[in-house]
Amino acid sequence: MIKIEGLKKKFGKIEVLKDISLEIGNSSVVAVMGPNGSGKTTLLKCILGLAKANEGNIYVKDCKINGNSAYKKHIGYMPQYSCFPDNLKVKEVIEMIKDIRGNNIVYDTELIEKLNIAEMYNKQIGQLSGGMKQRLSCAAAFLFNTEIIILDEPTAGLDPLSSEIVKTKILEDKQNGKLIIITSHIVSEVEVIADRIIYMLDGKIYFDEIKEKLYRLTGKENLNKAIAHKMTSGETRGAEQ
Amino acid sequence: MNTALKIFKYVLYDVLRSKMIIIYTLLLLIISFGIIFIGKDVTKAVLSLLNIVLLVVPLVSIIFGTIHFYSSREFMEMLLAMPVKRKNIFWAEYAGLSLALAAGFSVGTGLPLLIYGGISGAFQLIVSGVMLTFIFTALAFLSSVKNKDKARGIGLSLVIWFYLSVIFDALVLLLYYLFSSYPLEKATIIISGLNPVDLARMLILLQLDVSALMGYTGATLQKFFGSDYGMVFSVILLLFWAIVPTVLSLRIFNRKDF
Repeated sequence: MIKIEGLKKKFGKIEVLKDISLEIGNSSVVAVMGPNGSGKTTLLKCILGLAKANEGNIYVKDCKINGNSAYKKHIGYMPQYSCFPDNLKVKEVIEMIKDIRGNNIVYDTELIEKLNIAEMYNKQIGQLSGGMKQRLSCAAAFLFNTEIIILDEPTAGLDPLSSEIVKTKILEDKQNGKLIIITSHIVSEVEVIADRIIYMLDGKIYFDEIKEKLYRLTGKENLNKAIAHKMTSGETRGAEQ
Repeated sequence: MNTALKIFKYVLYDVLRSKMIIIYTLLLLIISFGIIFIGKDVTKAVLSLLNIVLLVVPLVSIIFGTIHFYSSREFMEMLLAMPVKRKNIFWAEYAGLSLALAAGFSVGTGLPLLIYGGISGAFQLIVSGVMLTFIFTALAFLSSVKNKDKARGIGLSLVIWFYLSVIFDALVLLLYYLFSSYPLEKATIIISGLNPVDLARMLILLQLDVSALMGYTGATLQKFFGSDYGMVFSVILLLFWAIVPTVLSLRIFNRKDF
């Protein structure tokens, strides 16, 4: 569903992504992990067309990203920080997104109910708490039944109940054949929902493994220890290849 | 409906409801009513308002425009992740913000003048104020797309405003002083085109018949800017001042990394 070939990205003189290549199919939850500044968010931004690659190609559903925006109709996105204009009401934000996405789309109204978005419909964004804004942002990402959902730190700032709803939704969508890409620092959360771990370090993919295989290769039974083992053993993707 | 128009509608709702726009409009209303009421002469009021308009409108437009751009960054990022062309997001943001500011200015200054009887110069004052709003919002966007850092963006905007509102006039005065023995009437026309604030000032002053107080230079300017040709020239130059920074900002915005 997503194919990346030799992706390089620089911000000024700093090379943030160094020759990234990978392929991701549908019906999976892929976690992009790594320390701060490793290039996770930049990778997602390149897929979303928010940052323009210096070299390399990205294909989404076999369509090459080349400055066009049409491919984004297949993608739902939840940024790390909620970002709606303060003086708009919640219902106006939802209407706006519906207006942009098109009115002939089937909406997932069930999630709106589960996340209690209806109760804040007439409130202005500026009156919402950080958690409420995150709930709205999350609903906006899932609302349009897109085939690919990209979530940047999805549960950061969410209350435990909303966090559980989101995790359940991710697993449900995976069952329905969707591709979900998440970045997260919460290893316990990734352990539950992800099938595949892409670990980034210093702009490169340090390792890219199916979770079960990672456990098998490292002989560890929890993700934290498996990642730590990989890091200390120094087995990188390049070395494996 | 075009995507830019759809987004524009919501940007306009957002900006029109912001406290800043409401305070700006109310402040202009109080000042305008106050000046007309105290002076009891609408022509004099236009002259007094002119000085406020030429200082306040560019300052508010450029600073509010810059702050708005930086505070909308994440919102633009979210829009860019949807099937929307970059240029549509840019136009929606620019039109939404500048029209809201222009509406605030028109109500704040135009309404009192309308109530006390529209007179010569009032129309030019409103048109010039609206044009300055579009120009300085465009300059705000240019300064914001050029700088990723908010503090640097606001700093650059302040420098642009200070240059066009204060320093430029000082440089012109210095030029006149240095070349006082040369006839500079025609050069004045060209120099005034290099600054939209001066152009707006000229456009209003020459409609108020006060150019007689400006001596021979005033007469030359009156002859040029008072004619239909001069009016068209001024409006084209003001449009040029609005279009060039907008197009430059759009070009940078289209290539910008978020």
